[in-house]
Amino acid sequence: MKRLYVSFFAAVLSLLLAACSQEPSAATQSSQQPPAGNQQQATAAEPRQPAAPESKPSESSAKEIVLATTTSTQDSGLLDVMLPAFEQKSGIKVKVVAVGTGQAIKLGEDGNADVLLVHSRKAEDEFVSKGFGTDAYDVMYNQFYIVGPADDPAGAKTAKTAAEAFALIAEKKAPFISRGDDSGTDKKEKSIWKEAKLTPEGDWYLSSGQGMGATLQMADEKNAYTLTDEATYLSRKLNLQVVMQGDQSLLNPYGIIKVKSTSKPDEAMQFIQFFTGEEGQKIIGEFGKDKYGKGLFVPSAKKR
Amino acid sequence: MLMTPEVWEVVWLSLKVTTTAILLGSLIGIPLGACLGLYSFPGKRLVIVLIYTCMGLPPVLVGVIVYLLLSRYGPLGSLGLLFTPEAMMLAQVVLVTPILAGLSLSAVQAKERAYWETAKSLGASPLQLVFTIVKEARKGIWAGVAAAYGRAISEVGAVMLVGGNIEHHTRVMTTAIILETRMGNFTAGLQMGLVLLLISFLFNSFLVIGVLNQLKTGRR
Amino acid sequence: MNKLKLSDLEVAYRGKTVLRVDKAVFEHRKIYGIVGPSGSGKSTLLRAMTLLEQPAAGRMDVFGTVVDLSSLTHAKGLPLQRRIGYVPQKPTMFDSTVFDNVALGLRYRGTDRTAIRSLVTEALELVELGHTAKQRAHTLSGGEAQRIALARVLVYQPDLLFLDEPTANLDPYHIAIFERVLKAIQQTRDITILIVTHNLQQARRLTDECLFIHKGRIVENGSTEAFFTRPKSPELQDFLCGRMIY
Repeated sequence: MKRLYVSFFAAVLSLLLAACSQEPSAATQSSQQPPAGNQQQATAAEPRQPAAPESKPSESSAKEIVLATTTSTQDSGLLDVMLPAFEQKSGIKVKVVAVGTGQAIKLGEDGNADVLLVHSRKAEDEFVSKGFGTDAYDVMYNQFYIVGPADDPAGAKTAKTAAEAFALIAEKKAPFISRGDDSGTDKKEKSIWKEAKLTPEGDWYLSSGQGMGATLQMADEKNAYTLTDEATYLSRKLNLQVVMQGDQSLLNPYGIIKVKSTSKPDEAMQFIQFFTGEEGQKIIGEFGKDKYGKGLFVPSAKKR
Repeated sequence: MLMTPEVWEVVWLSLKVTTTAILLGSLIGIPLGACLGLYSFPGKRLVIVLIYTCMGLPPVLVGVIVYLLLSRYGPLGSLGLLFTPEAMMLAQVVLVTPILAGLSLSAVQAKERAYWETAKSLGASPLQLVFTIVKEARKGIWAGVAAAYGRAISEVGAVMLVGGNIEHHTRVMTTAIILETRMGNFTAGLQMGLVLLLISFLFNSFLVIGVLNQLKTGRR
Repeated sequence: MNKLKLSDLEVAYRGKTVLRVDKAVFEHRKIYGIVGPSGSGKSTLLRAMTLLEQPAAGRMDVFGTVVDLSSLTHAKGLPLQRRIGYVPQKPTMFDSTVFDNVALGLRYRGTDRTAIRSLVTEALELVELGHTAKQRAHTLSGGEAQRIALARVLVYQPDLLFLDEPTANLDPYHIAIFERVLKAIQQTRDITILIVTHNLQQARRLTDECLFIHKGRIVENGSTEAFFTRPKSPELQDFLCGRMIY
């Protein structure tokens, strides 16, 4: 669908450009040359036009790749540190499209991105196995927290695992806000419900369909529980408290994948190597220490 | 997607929220605009400038203000209205009232002073006078209602903020489109967009047919 | 007490006085003609008395009830307003049926539905336009509209009827009907009529008394007969002979 639009707009644009560039020249030349010759020249010039951009990419546009990533990497500020370092080192500019994991993967499938940096292992594996991506690496992981009102009405703090905490919340029918947007966090939440062998339903279970920040805000307003990533939670000053952390199922690994159909495989690979290489991993490990007292992401580079 | 019960639910809520907001907004905006068009008083210019300014209020700003008002920590927090359809209606009322007032004002002003004088000389009380002129300016006011309806139902920023896009509760067409798009379901988003377009089309057709009929009988 | 009195009326536009009437008395059940050159202040006088023009000063005594015209608000003037019928030179019809237009004054007064039906029908018959009730008001011809405008005020039985050049835009046939209707009203109803007119023959035919207004002042007034046959002031003499240059 999106590809259709892009090509349509490109067609319209090139038509307009052609019209603009042709008219003035035709006007100036008509005084010197007979109209027939003028026409010929115009048509002869046309096929040459598309050739022009092809000669250029090595100079400017090749030095630019599109990264489709989840909002969490952007919102946490990690990319603000990583990208300048990479750009300085390689001279490649990175354009970031920060969206939900679902949309990020879709962007990859449609060939509208060159590299994906996302956190939904199952969807990532599918992406690779369907042949849309190659060179998938683990990059880092961060933690999820189950957060809720300070008085913990469901007594979820007493639980030993995330699934147990969820079961307690469901049992007490304490309000719980789900992101419900098919994002990595949402998928993680759904997997924990599955682990707890429960299907959350009823008035107490609300699906916000919004980003993490908005969902946390809503949980705070509604005195509800929710599942959040560490970075977003730490960056907000809210009255919500952590009721569960550290459980194995609350770890959130990020993957970086090259889009197979990319027109700039070399640049994309350079980018991946930077993230999984020594320098990048160090930056990831350090990130957030000054502000939150502890790193928000744990580096864990590994080829899958 | 097609018309599953979930989609109907979303469409229905959109219509319900916007229609309620338009009704409430009309109740405030139309008489306000008509009074401004008919009577003069000190400070009238300022009020008109304010209304015209508010006609272009960014919806998101309206959303933020209503959010802060209704927030648990805000002045009206005790009402518990945040993330309810009522909150969305409130935000849309704030959004459409200036539009309705402003467009009613110009519709009423477009009617010559002669209508005003005729009604007054026939013994209309101030209230009856406003009512008569509003009735006389109904075509222009209808156009205002259509414009306001279109703006309200297609608005997303404010309803997302104060409604929260909660499934089965405050999810409307525009917020559903955002969600579908964010999840990568461009097709579903587009389909929902088409439903939105269809509703706007139907609604405006009714209005246009009404206005055309008026024109036909009204002209000599 | 059966008199309409006007005293110390002064209407000004942007600080310039356009009309000054120290004193004018109109007796009940009579028809008064107001004549004078264009721009002399005839219409302004009528509009001030109809409460459409707020004068800088002036009192009006309506059968014993005195109001200060300069400070009258819409709401305060309403009881008096409802005793006045006003027909402008070019009546404005509301975008609905003839019936609705004529019924408007009664609806404002809260008259009940059945009474409205019979009163409106009666008023339409009076102006000889009973058949137009269901017509859209905008489709009326000029002559018809003028008579509907008359029916629209007669329907609520005003004590005072003010007409501002009601036949200026009409052909002789419609003028004749209009005058016939007016005569009938005067004979059957308890009503004081003021009519501003350019048509001197009409003034002579219809009125009991006449006022001559010139440059914002009442220059001469008296019985219609004396007014036309023995004008005293040189201005009126000039005006009647068509010699007045304005």
